[in-house]
Amino acid sequence: MVEQSEIIKIKQLSKKMRENILTMSLAAGVSSSHFGGSLSTVELLATLYNNVLKFDIANPLWDDRDRFILSKGHACLGYYSVLCEKGFFAKEDLNLFEKNGSFLLGHPVINKKKGIEFSNGSLGMGLALGIGVAIAAKKNKKNYRVFVLIGDGECNEGSIWEAAMSAAHFKLKNVTAILDNNNLQQTGSNDDIMSTKDLANKWRSFNWDVQEINGHNIPEILAALNHVSEKPKLILAKTIKGKGFSFSENNNNWHHNIMTKKQYDEAIKELNEQK
Amino acid sequence: MNKNKIFNKANFKIWSRLGMRATFGVAALELSNNVDKLMILTGDVSTSAGLDRFKKKFPDKYLDVGIAEQNLIGIGAGLASEGFNVITTTFAPFQTMRCCEQIKVNLGYMKQKICMVGLASGLALGTLGYTHCCIEDVGILRSIPNLSIVAPADSAETVKAVMASIEYNNSVYIRLTGDASINQVYEDDYDFKIGKSITLKNGKDISIFASGTMVKVALDCSRILSQNNIDAEIVNMHTIKPIDIQKVNESAKSSKLIVSIEEHNVIGGLRSGIAECLADIKGSPRFIFFGINDTYSKGGEYNYLKEQFGLTASVISKKIMLKLKEN
Repeated sequence: MVEQSEIIKIKQLSKKMRENILTMSLAAGVSSSHFGGSLSTVELLATLYNNVLKFDIANPLWDDRDRFILSKGHACLGYYSVLCEKGFFAKEDLNLFEKNGSFLLGHPVINKKKGIEFSNGSLGMGLALGIGVAIAAKKNKKNYRVFVLIGDGECNEGSIWEAAMSAAHFKLKNVTAILDNNNLQQTGSNDDIMSTKDLANKWRSFNWDVQEINGHNIPEILAALNHVSEKPKLILAKTIKGKGFSFSENNNNWHHNIMTKKQYDEAIKELNEQK
Repeated sequence: MNKNKIFNKANFKIWSRLGMRATFGVAALELSNNVDKLMILTGDVSTSAGLDRFKKKFPDKYLDVGIAEQNLIGIGAGLASEGFNVITTTFAPFQTMRCCEQIKVNLGYMKQKICMVGLASGLALGTLGYTHCCIEDVGILRSIPNLSIVAPADSAETVKAVMASIEYNNSVYIRLTGDASINQVYEDDYDFKIGKSITLKNGKDISIFASGTMVKVALDCSRILSQNNIDAEIVNMHTIKPIDIQKVNESAKSSKLIVSIEEHNVIGGLRSGIAECLADIKGSPRFIFFGINDTYSKGGEYNYLKEQFGLTASVISKKIMLKLKEN
């Protein structure tokens, strides 16, 4: 059983992350930001970074650190939020989001000292990188694990399935892919744009160990992340795009949108009213 | 690396009979003895790449990712980021175009270092049609920053290029041209450096720049031209990017005609690289270029296709002489 205090900590972290996401969305101004698909990842990332991922903030390049790759790179608001909370960079840096010359662009840019293992943004590429890193761990006799966060829209990309096929073929039990299954992609639902029906069985048929969970339920996330398997693991996380704010939940207008000061203030108010 | 041991007359001769692809396999075996943390990745082409012995002898250093080139580059980049010396190889169109964006993002943008070896580029697989020929690779890759492009002139230079790429500071694409046996350009050991062209013959009248198998054609041209009292400088432009701008400048000062010969589309490759240098030179000499004239022709045997595109010493020399008469 997970200690209640741990769950509370992760919930508090999630809340701070949502506040950070609002900060960056506001900072982005008219260049707008990928708001909805970042909010669906918050609990997943909070749990991963708070309780599972091994890293040393004093030594970000530590050889034995677990590797995290945000393959759905547009969800960088969630990623930057958790990195900031874990001390990889300062709170003030969040205001640099999408600013000229900034290290925090609208898609992650490789910066290992700041906790960003790879550049991402072009969908379908992160899982293959993770597989290379996982093979390297085996060759180097290292115990680090590789976590890759992918999206359901991203599963439209053929390269995801090339990677999925190879992870099982190479028997990479050190790889965990977390699939943020919020059912929406840029211009509509998965079913409208390109049906990804029965993702669980698709991944199972590629010989992954699949666990289906509620991607906002912290005990379920923790259990799935800590699950040990002899196969590569796929956590099919059922999530809500835009999770946390009444105006954005399941509202695909917030896939990529401009945050006004008024909306920001209302969102902060709503966040503060939450337990 | 104990390079002297393998770079000798006898090996150069043997390698030329193997062709570039099989010689790449020889280079791989040699690397395995000398390079730390080597990984060679292929997409189901071990035999075509001359890697069967390597695969058998060093199974831990060999990885076949199947027919999945996007995954090939992704996995290679992941390994490179963990300190491995990675070489990937498959046929040139699949090594460059199928995974072009992975090359851009992983090798170019992120600077993960990989040496990519494109097999049977150019026209060598002409009987299989243009799905398997590759006349576009240099043009496409040349526009990606942090990536160098080398087209070796013969088998020995293939070994030199592979070894140099391991020690080079960024990713390299090595473009292998020609068929199973290669006309030898180099008979004995010589200095090879990525980015530094090699003047094979001095000449005061014109300068011919060539890459890949066309270097031998250029040498043959120089013999025909000298019989016609034209003294041609022959430059092996093995590195197409970064181009040896200094050499182009030098030649432009002393020659009355600059020539490029490549087994590639005349758009985007060696011609374009040289033209970009010449464009900046005040009063630069005239420029004539030979290659594949931006078309997909009917397929056929390698020599047939080279003749169709006029990539033979006799045709090229004749056109050069006509051009000189125009001046």
